[in-house]
Amino acid sequence: MITALIVMAGLALVLGATLGAASVLFRTQGDPLVDKIDAILPQTQCGQCGYPGCKPYATAIAGGEADINQCPPGGDEGVRKLADLLGREYKPLNAEHGIEKPKSVAVIDEATCIGCTLCIQACPVDAIVGAAKQMHTIVADLCTGCELCVPPCPADCIDMVPVAETVENWKWRYPVFELKVQPATLPAKEAA
Amino acid sequence: MLSKLFSFNGGVKPDPNKSLSTREPIARLALPPQLVIPLHQHIGGTPRPLVHVGDKVLRGQRIGAADGNVSSAVHAPTSGHVVAIEPRPMPHASGLSSPAVVIEPDGLDAAIEREPFDWHAAAPGEIRDFLRDAGVVGLGGAVFPSHLKLNPGKSGHTDTLVINGAECEPFITCDDMLMRAEPENILRGALIMQRMLAAKQVLVALEDNKPEAAAALKAAAQSLGHASLEVVVVPTRYPAGGAKQLIRVLTGIEVPHGSRSTDYGVQCFNVATALAVWRALEHGEPLTRRIVTVTGNVERPRNFDVAIGTPISHLFAAAGLKPDTDKLIMGGPMMGIPLPNIDAPVVKATNCLLASSPALFAPPEPELPCIRCGECARACPADLQPFELYWHSRARNFGRAQEYKLFDCIECGCCAYVCPSHIPLVDYYRYAKSEIWARERDKDAADSARERFEFRNWRADREKEEKAAKLAARNAAKPAVKPTDGSAPAADVAPSAGDDPMKALIEAAMARARAQKEAVAAKNTDALTPAQQAQIDAAEERRKRASELSGSNAPAE
Amino acid sequence: MYNSPYLRQNTSVRRVMVTVLVAMLPAIAVQVWLFGIGLLLQIALASATALACEAAMLSMRRRPVARALGDGSALVTAWLIAVCLPPLLPWWMIVIGTSFAIIIGKHLYGGLGQNPFNPAMLAYCVLIISFPALMSQWPGLQGSDPATQLHWVLGGERALDAVTGATPLDALRTGLLGNADVSAVMQSAAFGHVAGAGWEWVALAWGAGGLLLLALRIITWHIPVAFLGAMALVSGVAWLIDPSHYASPAFHLLAGGTMLGAFFIATDPVSGATTPRGKLIFAAGIALIAWLIRAFGAYPDGIAFAVLLLNICVPLIDIKTQPPVFGHKVEPPDGGAR
Repeated sequence: MITALIVMAGLALVLGATLGAASVLFRTQGDPLVDKIDAILPQTQCGQCGYPGCKPYATAIAGGEADINQCPPGGDEGVRKLADLLGREYKPLNAEHGIEKPKSVAVIDEATCIGCTLCIQACPVDAIVGAAKQMHTIVADLCTGCELCVPPCPADCIDMVPVAETVENWKWRYPVFELKVQPATLPAKEAA
Repeated sequence: MLSKLFSFNGGVKPDPNKSLSTREPIARLALPPQLVIPLHQHIGGTPRPLVHVGDKVLRGQRIGAADGNVSSAVHAPTSGHVVAIEPRPMPHASGLSSPAVVIEPDGLDAAIEREPFDWHAAAPGEIRDFLRDAGVVGLGGAVFPSHLKLNPGKSGHTDTLVINGAECEPFITCDDMLMRAEPENILRGALIMQRMLAAKQVLVALEDNKPEAAAALKAAAQSLGHASLEVVVVPTRYPAGGAKQLIRVLTGIEVPHGSRSTDYGVQCFNVATALAVWRALEHGEPLTRRIVTVTGNVERPRNFDVAIGTPISHLFAAAGLKPDTDKLIMGGPMMGIPLPNIDAPVVKATNCLLASSPALFAPPEPELPCIRCGECARACPADLQPFELYWHSRARNFGRAQEYKLFDCIECGCCAYVCPSHIPLVDYYRYAKSEIWARERDKDAADSARERFEFRNWRADREKEEKAAKLAARNAAKPAVKPTDGSAPAADVAPSAGDDPMKALIEAAMARARAQKEAVAAKNTDALTPAQQAQIDAAEERRKRASELSGSNAPAE
Repeated sequence: MYNSPYLRQNTSVRRVMVTVLVAMLPAIAVQVWLFGIGLLLQIALASATALACEAAMLSMRRRPVARALGDGSALVTAWLIAVCLPPLLPWWMIVIGTSFAIIIGKHLYGGLGQNPFNPAMLAYCVLIISFPALMSQWPGLQGSDPATQLHWVLGGERALDAVTGATPLDALRTGLLGNADVSAVMQSAAFGHVAGAGWEWVALAWGAGGLLLLALRIITWHIPVAFLGAMALVSGVAWLIDPSHYASPAFHLLAGGTMLGAFFIATDPVSGATTPRGKLIFAAGIALIAWLIRAFGAYPDGIAFAVLLLNICVPLIDIKTQPPVFGHKVEPPDGGAR
């Protein structure tokens, strides 16, 4: 009995020491966690997560202050990727921070723009050009669709326009997968 | 003489069905009432329109200029008026629209005066620019700008120039008919290409199911009498006409995906491209027409010589579309794309228009699970494991799909052709590829947004620092002027404003006001290039110094 | 909506499966001729069970029943189970084995195309582990009248003497355990020219069916060649070293399930390796382990266990033997990184 205990304890000690040594010897020097999280975030810098930009949100996630489901532009896929990266449970997007929308860009109605520069100050990614009392315009390729320029506009001349599908960015659809019997039988299952 | 032919793995032998459309010679199709000429018909940048609505254009007039070097020009195929420049439906699987110049022909077909260009004397670079501005792109289907490929690269020469007349896909006969009709001019074009590439030999290759074309080319080669030019007949096996497969058959060289074949000493062009080069250089004719096979479920299948921009419906009307047609296809039955819109125009990539009926191409049987039988792997000409690609594409496991070399897939359709489970394998690859591309686009956009965001933050920080520095400088300047006041003996013990609460409050308020004023002024100049920013900063600096000087002088008076 | 290719070869899973069934017919005929009609009863029983289980599982999984039943894969599994088992087993064993193969071996893993193990071999292993005695009762070659066979299959009392005509591999095992040497065992009545009276003919019939599959491009040469080659090699080396304890390669090639395994079992595409090199490794591995079990193990034949063991290795084998892709023939494929 005692021998068995000693043997088990000894084994535990030896194995534990080996594991400890291995973790020190073979430590992987990866990217810092914050950068990895930041790489997943969509970089809209919209602040919907409650932090002033994607990097601060990434820092907050890494520090355990923020949850992984606060980024509506990243969407469901973004949450899944974060869950994968951090080894956490997937959870649906937190509706408090907004809902996932199709990617849009801001467009200034050039007729109503009064040239107040407020949107320029609001844009986190320098996507708006213009000068005081001059018409402003948004460089569509640079716009992340964060909507931060919409509330400050006194003339209410900024609209969010969903990005149109073009021949260049059109995607082939997922092939129809018809192995399953079509939903005709599914309500029965739900009823049961 | 080419003594030995190589072979590629895999491939299939579908029923060629080529005789349908080779019975009649090529017919020149009358102009339609309206031509819709898409600006973007090739790989690379979208050309800028050079004409305006209402302009009169002449045949051969450039209506779209190449946007950068990786682009190509587009031209008016006849004379007439520009009635619109607007998005029109494209011959694309999406059926989406893209900018096009709409021309109403005036029936005169007056040609623009030709710019004199002596290609014999011109340097290769000039010829390349000329071909770019003549809109010559690969007519085999990839529509890659030809001038970019007519560059021998660093070594300055090429071993083999392959002229591809294999045309392996069933039903398509446009190259076949072209080789029968104009073998000499094709070879002349090939010889120009040979000169530009400094190629040691030219191999004009075609499949052994086109004996008439082979005979015509051989006779033409004989009459041209070039020792380095050879017509090679290769065994018929789909996809022997794929550029990589044909290069492999002729030279034994395998050009991997993503690398240029010139790095391996080979370059490959379609026969119609060779002819387009000849016409552009010798006759000054830009690429405005091409041969299109109209076949399948039509009354009179044949090849038409059509102006680019002709609505597809016009061709089907000429060939007599049968009423039971259920689907229109651009290209052949193996790789063709569905055409959602019959009014889309013929573009430079349109080699074949195929009408499908349930009797001709039966709708596929329902998809069954993959049983990993390996038929697809045996049929794959790219030596891939198609079922593994399918597995990972279906599971949206794109990283793994790329590890299995998804992008080496040429989408030839051999795997789906042989699949006993009737899985639309290629659809899964197309899906996976376009998802991966979309993700890469998103990632690039995110990276650039992050960069701009960080730059903006850095700029904001710098502005704050500068303001703080200025404030400090002011504060430092204040005690220096105080003694000149002569009224406060306490000046020595109170060197900074910090000791005087009232003063400090006023200072702060003033700083706030200044900061606000400056912020408004500065924010106008957002989104500038770093160089402009630097200039502005310098000016700002000078202004500050000036105001500081006047500021420190003022109390002294 | 479907896209290119619009042309399709006239082929289907059903066609593949039916071809396999046809290729099994010669061997089934020989077995019936040798051992009586019990085998046909078993095939009928196994087929019925397999189809019933398949239909039940498909409807439970809400998949189209008719389409999947029509693919014939359940029948192939059923027939393979039936030909592996001794022909006069009581009916409930066939039913247990077949249901296990279809329900647990196939559908619980996700159905056709998803099963990591060969379902027929799973059934065989379950039965031989659960009912070792019954599983070694092969009928004598003299056969018995169909009525008696029917009686036995339906679970009637059996006169053991009439049932047990031990298989050659069995006889060899027992003989060797009794300290007889190979040549002495081979003299006994159960043995014909090489591998047991009549058994050579069964093996040759499997071989003939296999050649048909090869000719029709249902299977490639890799697995049968590697299987038979490796079996001949290992048994040959052992035989040369000590012929009194190890049977000759000819015996091993023609005895037991070697031919059946080489052409019909190991070539199951779903659970087998798929790359050319992988197929060679896979089949050679089965042959090696099967011979080891035959020579040193507790069971007379080891094909079934060997197949299952190698089935587990298939993902690894496939990843490590990815053939080079066109244009990438010099650099190794990056399949290993997960």
